[in-house]
Amino acid sequence: MTTRTLQFKIYRYDPDQDQKPYMQDVAVEVDSTDRKLLDALVKLKAVDDSIAFRRSCREGVCGSDALNINGRNGLACLTDLSSFPDGKPIVLRPLPGLPVIRDLIVDMTQFFKQYHSIKPYLINNDPPPERERLQSPEDREELNGLYECILCACCSTSCPSFWWNPDKFVGPAGLLAAYRFIADTRDQATNERLDNLEDPYRLFRCHTIMNCVDVCPKGLNPTKAIGKIKDMMVKRAI
Amino acid sequence: MVNRKIVGAHYGLKDWLAQRITGVVMVVYTLVLSVALLQGMGNSYDSWRSLMAAGPMRFLTFIFIVSLCWHAWVGIRDIWMDYVQPAGIKLVLHVLTLLALIGYAGWAAQVIWRL
Repeated sequence: MTTRTLQFKIYRYDPDQDQKPYMQDVAVEVDSTDRKLLDALVKLKAVDDSIAFRRSCREGVCGSDALNINGRNGLACLTDLSSFPDGKPIVLRPLPGLPVIRDLIVDMTQFFKQYHSIKPYLINNDPPPERERLQSPEDREELNGLYECILCACCSTSCPSFWWNPDKFVGPAGLLAAYRFIADTRDQATNERLDNLEDPYRLFRCHTIMNCVDVCPKGLNPTKAIGKIKDMMVKRAI
Repeated sequence: MVNRKIVGAHYGLKDWLAQRITGVVMVVYTLVLSVALLQGMGNSYDSWRSLMAAGPMRFLTFIFIVSLCWHAWVGIRDIWMDYVQPAGIKLVLHVLTLLALIGYAGWAAQVIWRL
């Protein structure tokens, strides 16, 4: 079995012990069965169990292991080890813009606060029908590319507008979810949802730089959803 | 006052739309002016003066100045919103920016109609 040694530079910070964060050089040996960055991290953890990172499903569904990998946000479990050039250390930092709890673990409270602020659930005051609320296939089609978001926060934490105003700007993940419900024909709160976003901060801090689209590990397009919300607001206003 | 996050100021869309529309107006004016300059209308003081003194050009220039000021208002306001957090200082900066831009627009109008 062929093995190779990977060099890492890892952001370390334990607020109970460290005065300030530092970058630690670590090496780990991986073999051909280690395919993803998360595999290497798990091996690293076996060598030094003080390194803290989140992980769960290891297949790009739970969104736990979002990291800043060589300066770019992504999921460790979806990043191929073969994508790293030999001889150059892999630089791992926590997601930017959120408070660090420890090492690669960030406090996502602000991110989820924004997500909750858009009421990410169907609002329909009609009595539920016997089986289910129906949609035409065309109406359902509109939800594709919206509902798949796993809330890993790669997008929002790569967005400068979210860095500056995380308490006021909803961020790409929240806005994608907002459009998911605005676009849902079964939802009855479209106007309230648009009212909630018609604010110079909540939606219009987006300046369409598309960092969110660039990093989304699920290949989603929050910028397009934001554009559609703006279109709806314009149509409503004129 | 309790520190609550309050949202829904209801002017986000208006300013965003205004910034786009004024941007288009400025592009159109730039094209018109470029064509005029390519036709040699800026080659001498007299030809330049007669171009800028023509009624339609005065109208277009004034619309351009108003668009520029409106566009700048949204842009500068965004900068204050991002980088200045205390509400008092932010309000003062907003008012000063507005007054300056209104002053510039008035001054520009005076220049255009003095020709």
